Amino acid sequence: MERKERRLIPIHIFGKRYEVPEGLTIQKAMEYSGYQFIRSCGCRGGICGACLTEYRTPKDYKIKMVLACQSLVEPEMQITQSPFIPMNRARYELEKLRAQSDILGRIYPEIFRCLQCNTCTRVCPMEIPVMEYIACAIRGEIERVAHLSFPCVMCGACASKCPAEISQPHVALLARRIYGRHMLTLPQRLYQRMEEIKQGKYEWVLERLVQLPTSKLIELYTQREQEPQESNHWVPKEIDFPENRLREERE
Amino acid sequence: MSAYPESMQASIRKVEETRLSRAKEEFPKLSLKERQELLQQFHPDYREGGRRELKVGVNRGQRVPNELADLFEGLSLIRPHEIDLHRIQREVDVLVIGGGGGGASAALFASECGARTLLTTKLRFGDSNTLMAEGGIQAAVGPYDSPVLHYLDTMGGGGFENLPNLVWALVEDAPLILEWLARLGVMFDRNEDGDLLASFAGGQCRRRVHSAADYTGMEIMRVMRDEVYSRGIEVIEFCPAVELLLDEKGRCGGAIFIHLDTKERFVIRSKTTILATGGIGRLHIQGFPTTNHYGATADGLVIANRAGAKIIFMDAIQFHPTGTAYPEQLVGLLVSEAFRGWSAQLVNCEGKRFINELETRDVTSSATIREVVERKKGVSTPTGMQGVWLDTPLVELNKGKGTIHRIFPHLFHRFHTFGIDITKEPILVYPTQHYQNGGLLIDENGETTVPNLFAAGEVSGGVHGRNRLGGNSLLDIFVFGRRAGILAAERSKETKVGKLSLNHIIEYERELQREGILKKEIKSPILLPDYRYERALPQTHQ
Repeated sequence: MERKERRLIPIHIFGKRYEVPEGLTIQKAMEYSGYQFIRSCGCRGGICGACLTEYRTPKDYKIKMVLACQSLVEPEMQITQSPFIPMNRARYELEKLRAQSDILGRIYPEIFRCLQCNTCTRVCPMEIPVMEYIACAIRGEIERVAHLSFPCVMCGACASKCPAEISQPHVALLARRIYGRHMLTLPQRLYQRMEEIKQGKYEWVLERLVQLPTSKLIELYTQREQEPQESNHWVPKEIDFPENRLREERE
Repeated sequence: MSAYPESMQASIRKVEETRLSRAKEEFPKLSLKERQELLQQFHPDYREGGRRELKVGVNRGQRVPNELADLFEGLSLIRPHEIDLHRIQREVDVLVIGGGGGGASAALFASECGARTLLTTKLRFGDSNTLMAEGGIQAAVGPYDSPVLHYLDTMGGGGFENLPNLVWALVEDAPLILEWLARLGVMFDRNEDGDLLASFAGGQCRRRVHSAADYTGMEIMRVMRDEVYSRGIEVIEFCPAVELLLDEKGRCGGAIFIHLDTKERFVIRSKTTILATGGIGRLHIQGFPTTNHYGATADGLVIANRAGAKIIFMDAIQFHPTGTAYPEQLVGLLVSEAFRGWSAQLVNCEGKRFINELETRDVTSSATIREVVERKKGVSTPTGMQGVWLDTPLVELNKGKGTIHRIFPHLFHRFHTFGIDITKEPILVYPTQHYQNGGLLIDENGETTVPNLFAAGEVSGGVHGRNRLGGNSLLDIFVFGRRAGILAAERSKETKVGKLSLNHIIEYERELQREGILKKEIKSPILLPDYRYERALPQTHQ
């Protein structure tokens, strides 16, 4: 087997030395070393923010923060994990908030303490321009905060290193929720559809369908018209399908 | 410089050669008969020896994957006589077990109905398959779409075996769930006109999937978590339920928990209980890699089965057609179905298509397995894994430059980390275990066959039949989370819990012993998968 030929490299987990095959992620290297995670492990795909990990390599003064499931081991790296970063979140009723330019600063006044040191941006494993969105938050640019911060997995790397002690992920989450709730609109069509359902427009069709013998259901299924990939101006040939068919039968 | 080894690059060149000529090509869809034949020949569900019949309990006679049957036949994590059921640590109206989308929505609605609600979860609140959902959520809101078409699509995807009353609930609640999520502040994608963006998933006759880039589940989960905390609902993390409690009338009246750090065991009594513990991916059915969260270890199924809850379709496992096959650090991870919805094609080692990419998942996966195993048209990786290409650069060609950055920023970032630019190079994929199509049998209000025990999300079954459509899972967790939350809250007002007992555990183990199939070496639920030592190394599962 190919895996037998893998070169072993030394790493240090919480100060203890292990030898692990190269090419493993930090997460798998820790498992190879005998760890069964309770904390510091979640989606294993870089989206949940559970496995925030700090490390240093020899001859480099820099301390790096990464997600253990997304980063490969390096020889002689010293690893520690931060499965939980204390962060303060405010309690609010989103419905009652308004998209006012001072709203973020009112709920999280500590954003004004930002020293513009840019450490948050430097340590973010998702490569989010954290300091920039905090600057936007100070200026009240809710929409920009929402978009810039969108990939945030809330691992807390930024908050753990911030000399101004800001809980950036919560500021960003508030901005996104205000943006999603109070600045984006929903199409009238959605409300219309909800109303139609409430009024029972589809009730008789669905009632028919749930009682239909499978053979009949299959017939309708195979007669569905497929919307094409390029469907900008597409209109189906039979608009009231399958209502028409079932109505005909009923009459 | 490409991160793909030269052996794979040779095949990529063939993919590039054929790209233009097949860019707009319509690949015919299979007839229902052809679909059935393909499934029977190549879908892992139909492999001999993969499943076995349960011999004891309320689900006797049902066939389930061996890996799950093993857990059903294992010992409980607790010895009933060691637990003092009079020492109740907490008493609530509605107990929600599970901290993904199903549990969070159930807790929100139960609490809104005035019930004292407690949410418990094995890992962190939010740790779940919900937050890993990339593609999106179905809801029929388009002008030429309707809940009726959504119904037909869902039934066809499930092999027409879905429980009709559940599908009815699913399609009828979909628009209101979408609106509810948007009102909580979920940033659903919009098109240039500011209208909701909708994409295709396999098996749909209309584009109906609503997304938040390829972070849909994560965006929804972080919003819901925030809302649960804002409403002041109590959450207990790192405490999985290890057994359910029944009263003398056979109604569920709470659960026993283990604190994962301190190993302390404690009892929570509740008037009603909602199980939302998710799926079974981490059991690695038939050795397949999985797209699932670390915590997806079938805990809820194991304890509910012991408590006498019926299951349905637990022999039907969903293999997602596009699990990552290279690089090996990413093997098994999901590559969103939305890629195919945005016109990416599946091609073999010669750059030729072999299936319409928007067939249902079971069919598409079977076609890929046929292409690799029978037709020998797969592409091999240096460690012996095989796969076919998902031609992602085609999205840029068909839908415009920059589309991948806009719609798939997370997947772009993930592959970029490993030196692969998916706007220029295709992704090697192979089917990977993704979803349990079945689960605990529920009615349209989310109640299981055990009174006062509800279930929501992947742990429940019936609505998807034997094969779920893309975008119907994010929907199902909220539709039934909401319904279960509301009814559990109402029911709690008229419920007086009787004397709690663990007799069902004793009885169940006795039955296993009588049959001679008690597996003393297995303790279940397993709670955490074990990837220590050699098991941490990449495996080839083909």
